[in-house]
Amino acid sequence: MDNLKELYTEVITFHNKKPRNFRRLESATREQEGYNPLCGDQITLYLEMDGETIRDIAFQGDGCSISRAAASMMTSAVKGRNRAEAEEMFSEFHRLAKGELDPDTQPHHLGHVATAFSNVHKYPARVKCASLAWHTLHAALEGSDEAVSTEREER
Amino acid sequence: MTDNLETFDIGRVRADFPILRREVYGRPLIYLDNAATSQKPQSVIERIERYYREENANIHRGVHYLSQLATREYESARVKIKRFINAGDAHEIIFTRGTTEGINLVAFSYGRKHVREGDEVIISAMEHHSNIVPWQMLCEYTGAKLRVIPINDDGELIMDEYARMLGPRTKIVAVNHISNALGTVNPVKRIVEMAHSQDVPVLIDGAQAAPHLAVDVRDLDCDFYVFSGHKMCGPTGVGALYGKTEWLNTLPPWQGGGDMIASVDFDKTTYNALPYKFEAGTPNIAGGIGLGAAIDYLTGIGLDRIAAYEHELLDYATETIGAINGVRIIGTAREKASVLSFTLAGIHPHDIGTILDQEGIAVRAGHHCAQPVMKRFKVPATVRASFAFYNTKAEIDALAEGIHRVVEVLG
Repeated sequence: MDNLKELYTEVITFHNKKPRNFRRLESATREQEGYNPLCGDQITLYLEMDGETIRDIAFQGDGCSISRAAASMMTSAVKGRNRAEAEEMFSEFHRLAKGELDPDTQPHHLGHVATAFSNVHKYPARVKCASLAWHTLHAALEGSDEAVSTEREER
Repeated sequence: MTDNLETFDIGRVRADFPILRREVYGRPLIYLDNAATSQKPQSVIERIERYYREENANIHRGVHYLSQLATREYESARVKIKRFINAGDAHEIIFTRGTTEGINLVAFSYGRKHVREGDEVIISAMEHHSNIVPWQMLCEYTGAKLRVIPINDDGELIMDEYARMLGPRTKIVAVNHISNALGTVNPVKRIVEMAHSQDVPVLIDGAQAAPHLAVDVRDLDCDFYVFSGHKMCGPTGVGALYGKTEWLNTLPPWQGGGDMIASVDFDKTTYNALPYKFEAGTPNIAGGIGLGAAIDYLTGIGLDRIAAYEHELLDYATETIGAINGVRIIGTAREKASVLSFTLAGIHPHDIGTILDQEGIAVRAGHHCAQPVMKRFKVPATVRASFAFYNTKAEIDALAEGIHRVVEVLG
């Protein structure tokens, strides 16, 4: 049980049950699909860009609690940020999920997202669940037309 | 209630599998992912080791002692497979890498010779991706059309639809014997009869059936039957394709190379006789011999006893897990084997898999390489517990407890 609380932190279970920004965004200027083909997780990310700034962001989709909580917290964390800031957070989260960023000792801009996901790297089978929303954000910011898949990035 | 445990010494059976003694995360391993791959008994592990320690040589070509010994052992494994599925002749057994390769071989060789634009290939809505994609590729290449037998809400084939699909354009039918995602046992004998009445050959994907029930290819009268070693206590990377002699004789080879030829000249190459015509290159010799040992092991227990015991496990699991609040069992066919696929209201299968894993319980969570089945039942994924004859009712109780814990953590 204690082990499980390390992965399923209270913040994660909270965001899973009450995801933020979980809706279709009618004002979206960009729409990006993301898939995790190994488990069937799917996310549609909506971005309303105002120049370089993410004015609004929302998501829809099917996925496990980790992927849903990650999307909920990611959208909250990047809303109002500019593209460069969001990209930096993407790369920080990427390092966090791989166990390459220690949120307690190294600088980052992830705030409580880092605390909530600080142990996910110990669960290799779940790293992709946590990363899907962030990969999808990255693709949306790059303006890629192709759906992003967790299987393309990491191998 | 008569309990098969009386005639089935589960303690002795479990002692045959060294891995069942290990722990994960400090808890005893409860292995319920047998539809993905089975565990291996000591006799199989030892047989493979003995081959490498004492018998290793290339087969079919050496005049020396070891080559002849390795050839004899490999060929004797072929004979064991022949007996295991009651084929008429050992040359009807082609060694493959596994079920997937067997299906690809038939799709290629049969397809190249017999399937043309406008023809039709029939599969079912409950196939594993490995019995979908090779046929799709064939259809794409030839311009043939893929027809799919639908399934009902219990996960059974709708046989009337199948009857309507069969016709002069049908060139081959390919269905599984047991569904890996639903556990349905399909009426394959009837499927073959119906196809044969229209002179259509049938391939049966027996990957899930070979370890769980006695297969008799002559009784089924199927034209091709394919299965994998690793799901039936044998090693990975080896399996078998059974094909009726008349088909294998007339079909073109699949891969070219050594061993599959009688003579090679730049003007003309003559292919080898069966079964070697379909076995290019040095095969998985240790794997084939290991599969032979797995067959010895399974037949030592008896497939009928295995099937009866596993049936008891499945009934117990269906009752125990099905009674848990929020559980929906996916696949409720009248004829089922060894697979319990389910969802839990409001909780994603991946989370269930992770939490059960922490309890030492290995299940599969996902689409089980059968995405069309998931779509049919409108679920993104399921949890699948799949049983083998070395599992116990106590392990199913532990699974039930584990599911309660999932609800505690995430419900």
